[in-house]
Amino acid sequence: MYVAVKGGERAIDAAHEWLAEERRGDVSVPELSVAQIREQMALAVNRVMAEGSLYDPDLAALAIKQARGDLIEAIFLIRAYRTTLPRFGSAEPVETGEMACDRRISATFKDAPGGQVLGPTFDYTHRLIDFALAAEGEPPAAREALAEEAPMPRVTEMLSRDGLIQQEQASDEVPPDLTRAPLEFPAGRPLRLQALTRGDEGFVLSMAYSTQRGYGRNHPFVGELRIGAVPVEMEIPELGFSVEIGEVVLTECETVNQFTGSKTEPPQFTRGYGLVFGQTERKAISMALVDRALRWEELGEDNLGAPAQDEEFVIAHSDNIQATGFLEHIKLPHYVDFQAELELVRKLRAEAMAGQQQEAAE
Amino acid sequence: MSLAGLRQGKPEHAGHGEAGEQPHEVAADIHFAAPFSKENAGMDESVPGGAYNFAYLDEETKRMIRRAILKGIAIPGYQVPFASREMPMPYGWGTGGVQVSAACLTPDDSFKVIDQGADDTTNAVSIRKFFERTAGVETTERTAEATVIQTRHRIPETPLTEGQILVYQVPIPEPLRFLEPRETETRRMHALEDYGLMHVKLYEDIARHGEIATAYAYPVKVEGRYVMDPSPIPKFDNPKMEMAAIQLFGAGREQRIYAIPPYTRVVSLDFEDHPFVAGKAPHDCALCGASDTYLDEIITDDAGSRMYVCSDTDHCATRQEAAA
Amino acid sequence: MTPLLSVQGIRKTYGFRIGCTDVGFDLYPGEVMGIVGESGSGKSTLLSCLAGHLTPDQGSVVFDTRAEGPRDTVTMSEPERRMLGRTDWAFVHQNPRDGLRMSVSAGGNVGERLMAVGARHYGQIRETATDWLGRVEITEDRIDDRPRAFSGGMQQRLQIARNLVSGPRLVFMDEPTGGLDVSVQARLLDLLRGLVREMGLSALIVTHDLAVVRLLAHRLMVMKSGRVVETGLTDQVLDDPQHPYTQLLVSSVLQV
Repeated sequence: MYVAVKGGERAIDAAHEWLAEERRGDVSVPELSVAQIREQMALAVNRVMAEGSLYDPDLAALAIKQARGDLIEAIFLIRAYRTTLPRFGSAEPVETGEMACDRRISATFKDAPGGQVLGPTFDYTHRLIDFALAAEGEPPAAREALAEEAPMPRVTEMLSRDGLIQQEQASDEVPPDLTRAPLEFPAGRPLRLQALTRGDEGFVLSMAYSTQRGYGRNHPFVGELRIGAVPVEMEIPELGFSVEIGEVVLTECETVNQFTGSKTEPPQFTRGYGLVFGQTERKAISMALVDRALRWEELGEDNLGAPAQDEEFVIAHSDNIQATGFLEHIKLPHYVDFQAELELVRKLRAEAMAGQQQEAAE
Repeated sequence: MSLAGLRQGKPEHAGHGEAGEQPHEVAADIHFAAPFSKENAGMDESVPGGAYNFAYLDEETKRMIRRAILKGIAIPGYQVPFASREMPMPYGWGTGGVQVSAACLTPDDSFKVIDQGADDTTNAVSIRKFFERTAGVETTERTAEATVIQTRHRIPETPLTEGQILVYQVPIPEPLRFLEPRETETRRMHALEDYGLMHVKLYEDIARHGEIATAYAYPVKVEGRYVMDPSPIPKFDNPKMEMAAIQLFGAGREQRIYAIPPYTRVVSLDFEDHPFVAGKAPHDCALCGASDTYLDEIITDDAGSRMYVCSDTDHCATRQEAAA
Repeated sequence: MTPLLSVQGIRKTYGFRIGCTDVGFDLYPGEVMGIVGESGSGKSTLLSCLAGHLTPDQGSVVFDTRAEGPRDTVTMSEPERRMLGRTDWAFVHQNPRDGLRMSVSAGGNVGERLMAVGARHYGQIRETATDWLGRVEITEDRIDDRPRAFSGGMQQRLQIARNLVSGPRLVFMDEPTGGLDVSVQARLLDLLRGLVREMGLSALIVTHDLAVVRLLAHRLMVMKSGRVVETGLTDQVLDDPQHPYTQLLVSSVLQV
């Protein structure tokens, strides 16, 4: 006699126990500490903070540990945690012009006030596996110099002074919040930028790359890329003025894009903008390119039908937590739908066969 | 007006108030339940997992969801955008249904979760556990005893009654999505009641297959106005949607809530000469003998033997008990 | 007699550039008017304004509706305008791809307008579709084929059937024979002329091809730089052009 399958609950518990064992791996190998992940897997931590939309390196490191190094899973953990946090208020906008830069480069000017600062970059490393890293031991100390005292004004501001780049309109309006209001289209630039900064790095990268290959080309130069810490200030109502509550590391990229003018705008350079938590320059540059591609309408450019110009397409598919959830849900039981399809296909087949037999008989 | 009040036959719950009522809320706001009371507000340490608010979501979020639900009930079949939260379970796994359930549940409720008609499928177990932990509500497998039923892909066989709420998990709320992928365009089509394209799809099915080749998520027209996706229930369940209970649909990833109030007209789209037929496998349940229920096909050996059993496990078990 | 369409003072600009300006005319039931001019003369902008695809900056487009008599379609609500667009109005695009659903069968394409206004009997819809395919010389056995499998001329004829099936009173046509071979053009023109006469249709045809208007249009409007420079009966304008631009157009010196 057939007995319906039971015991889903026990199976789930057992699966979780096994998962915990696998997470730990071989117990004869020392366990990773959260601090080790935070310090030595810093770029993974940065990505999790950026796409998790929560600046907390320790928590991101813990999430990476819990997720066994699956970064999208770690981002998911951070997002689910973030949504339960109470909101005390909003910080003042950060002033990236006053960033303490670890890295600052411009591709448009050989030199600029504040100079070019390479910083800790992979850019000119030869991508040869360094077997020395397999052995334990400390690297030699990096050479040091005193930081320049001179300010590092934004490169695009120098173009702006000559009226060569489009002025961005300042606004005191409270920007809409992607996490508090349903996304509706057309979304507009503030929401697009929010979606892009937490968007999947791979997706935003590919979208940006597609514009470079001709699907909505927008002639970008990296006007400036800067990475460093900025203070975060918040106005405390009881005090009536802003106080510094901490600092965050950000990567900011402004692209300068050639623009020959349109029906509504004179010839000038235009901007694409990327701003991302942590040292995340691939993402920040990608974001700037995609931002610029999505601005076609406001700048009176032609819609070339390129994917990166399509706001609804880009924004609706940029979030990896949404994407992975929906993609993976097809693993869930679909017996009922499948049974309905099965009956339908059987019926259609039976009718088709009967039709063929009749034709053969005639 | 309160959501609890909408559920006829069930008294309004006291003591499930809006914790931390915001002073700036204007009078025009809809208030949903009895006034603030300390017992059930905020962090409830009496429930396991009490680090979170009752039913996980904070009160402000629940209020926002209840507003969307009420709007949905006021405009049957209309997809109300809502600020779906990120839940501790993946999008596509019932985050919409979970948020709607969280907004509806009160401590006195009796909660049932089914997936594919069964209470013990893994995702149903997981969601039921989630609310046992975060809301401490009583759970049940008995359809008749439940006040809130969350479902994925089925409507229970036992007819639902006034006072019950059926919450559907919805993957893609837009019935026109696969005819027109653009949200901006489909919203316009709904607004203008421009549904010719939907019938073109059905026409194409008949032209190609001799019949409408849609077996689940079969589109319906609600109260003569909005074309609606009933979520991927088999079309066998479509006629049950004209029912006495409130039906709420939650799509978390797509940020939409919609609803069918009790006793609302729900018509499956069809042609006069190709009328809608609610199909099922031509068998009886091998366990309880029912001939009028939706069946799972079970493969019993590697020679291809198979049997058919009720997909609604509670309905089947109840019938077996009665027969024993 | 009330004009079917009464157009007054239509103006549409793009930034500083004029699309069309100061256009007005009356079109009576059963009348076919041609709008000719070179590319960029504003004739397509005008047609888009008249058909409700673009909102003009100024002017009125009054249509004699069946239910309520003359109504300005510019100020009409979007649902009303859309309803007109699938009942009393028809629009034939130059490129059939813009006017057809390429992934839907020929029968479905023709049936869509019927279903949009409430037809719910599959057999009758199919019968009507078959009849209309016949009228545009597409054989019945192609009814379940998709337009992709059709030649350019067939696609254009299918687009015409899809538009005329709802029995419209006014048809807008944008270069209906553009992009077709000369022999195919001739056959299509013949067909159009037959249908227009048989159904007593009113039509506005935008084209740069004078042969098209010679065959189909009762009256002509010649446009240049967004303005109407000459109007009159077709034969009169073509045989005795008054405006220098029309003379140039007719003498075919102008490359269009």
